[in-house]
Amino acid sequence: MKDKELAQSNMIKRLMWGLLVLAVLSVVADFFVYHKSHFGIDGTPGFGAWYAFLSCVLFAVIAVLLGIILKQPETYYDD
Amino acid sequence: MMTSFPPGLMLILAGLLLPFLHGTSRSIALLFFPALTLALIWFLPDDALLQLPFLQYELTLLQVDNLSRLFALVFALMALAGGAFALKQKNTFELAAAFVYAGGAISVTFSGDLISLFIFWEIMAIASTLVVLCGGPSAHNAALRYAAIHFLGGVLLMAGIAGEISASGNIALTQLSNGEFTFSRYLLLAGLLINAGAPPLSAWLPDSYPKASWTGMIFLSAFTTKTAVYVLMRTFPGTEILLYLGLFMVFYGIIYAILENDMRRLLAYSIISQVGFMVCAVGIGSDKALNGVAAHAFAHIIYKALLLMSAGSVIYMTGKSKFTELGGLFRSMPVTTFCAIVGALSIAAFPLTSGFVSKTIIAKAAADEHLMLVWFMLEAASAGTCFYVGFKFPWFVFFHKDAGLRPVDPPINMQISMIFMAVACILIGLFPSALYAMLPFSIDYVPYTGAHIVFQAQLMIFAGLAFFLMLVWVGKTNTITLDFDWVYRKIGFQWVLNFNDFLTVTWRQIVAGFSGGVQKVVAKIYRYSGPDGLLARPWETGVMAFWTTFLLAAYLLIYYYIK
Repeated sequence: MKDKELAQSNMIKRLMWGLLVLAVLSVVADFFVYHKSHFGIDGTPGFGAWYAFLSCVLFAVIAVLLGIILKQPETYYDD
Repeated sequence: MMTSFPPGLMLILAGLLLPFLHGTSRSIALLFFPALTLALIWFLPDDALLQLPFLQYELTLLQVDNLSRLFALVFALMALAGGAFALKQKNTFELAAAFVYAGGAISVTFSGDLISLFIFWEIMAIASTLVVLCGGPSAHNAALRYAAIHFLGGVLLMAGIAGEISASGNIALTQLSNGEFTFSRYLLLAGLLINAGAPPLSAWLPDSYPKASWTGMIFLSAFTTKTAVYVLMRTFPGTEILLYLGLFMVFYGIIYAILENDMRRLLAYSIISQVGFMVCAVGIGSDKALNGVAAHAFAHIIYKALLLMSAGSVIYMTGKSKFTELGGLFRSMPVTTFCAIVGALSIAAFPLTSGFVSKTIIAKAAADEHLMLVWFMLEAASAGTCFYVGFKFPWFVFFHKDAGLRPVDPPINMQISMIFMAVACILIGLFPSALYAMLPFSIDYVPYTGAHIVFQAQLMIFAGLAFFLMLVWVGKTNTITLDFDWVYRKIGFQWVLNFNDFLTVTWRQIVAGFSGGVQKVVAKIYRYSGPDGLLARPWETGVMAFWTTFLLAAYLLIYYYIK
């Protein structure tokens, strides 16, 4: 079991590093492409990055808060 | 004009034939009839028309344009891929129902009038209920709830159609959003929205679909919600309320999918979220938005079927569908893992996949209409989609903690179906012009610009970072999440129980009162007429003689006075 957990945390670590590299690359790449903005801020480099990150954090926080009330044991309905 | 045989009817008849086939002939039928239907639709001439007289009306069972052909094509494609995936499904009855269901959906898209639309709509409702029912004993209650909601939707739709026809005298399926919004149009809209999975009655979808069998949900995911989207496009484009309902569905689906522990319930919430994109775009109503709806419905049906096929394969091989019981399957199920990832990338609109060329049309349409808030919300939702299905679904099923399960990839027919759908996702992503050529309006959208590729890649990558950073908080828990169906499953059920108690008590009181009364009467009768009763007692001779004498004397007196 210990080995599995170790392998698992190694996998997450490697994935995180991979994602971080891609993240940096995607933001750097954003400075070299031509932007056509509709609303101003959406045309700035790195907008997709921080906007996506904040959106996901917000969704997760809302989900966790709602989960306090809405999450119930599986036998709740019992049918 | 040319009279043609309706392709949908063909699939319905094939479905009715299916229960009589076994073994190889059944397998051949499962592939042949959807393929034939697909070919019929593909070669359907533009002026194909089939009309039938009915009462004083002329029903149009077959009327073709770009929009109906596009939806019918993807429905038939779905029936074919589903049939191929389900070759090992032992329950022929489920597949028969699924074919009737698919045929009903195709017939809805070709219906030129409200009456035939309603007939095929209800055929779909019945057939899809049977598909849910085939999920086994645990699906029975959910199937009944599903049927109840859909028959309610049918009643609303029928009432709306009847009102609309009596007001206009016209049965043609035309745009209704340009005139005055009458009560019957609201009813019609409500009936359509129930099938689209819109609030407040959206919980029927995650309640029932995941209870279907490992093949059943693949069929269920495609037809009901998308026919509703199709009819909404025809009847209510540009209706503002759809914009808000759609946005609500988008976020509701995301939040519930993040909370979900069952992989198929997660995918069910994801259907609502993705259909929300489409409903929102119908609300925008511009040509570009409607093109986006059509393209996204086409792409969505394929990648959602792909995701559900990978989930179905996991259930078929392991019998499990909860994240808490799965994990680490990538080692032994590489093909399924690969296909699930392609599906996940497609729904996340990653470059080179179908979602990238379809979903983004909707966001672009919102930007072109200067709907700033809508655009920001849709892009946030795109990031959320990457989060809950782009990462959460494949991660918890195929990676994460090894659950110790070592199932191999599913039988070859299931693998081929998945690979077929995965290739379709990528081909659409690589060559969007073929899809764009089939859209209802001409389109000048170029998905592959540098900024757009980088933007979508950023959404995916940073959603992934957020997911792994917050893994502890959004991790899997052995729970269910209460949804609106709580109202009728818990409160409503409690009311029914209370009402039942009330009825039982009242009835008991009535019965007790009645039987008490009867007993009193009987006791009285017994008292007078029983063995010792006054009236039944044997009388002595002297008493008899006395009374006889008394009566005779009385008679004599009366006679004397009258005389």
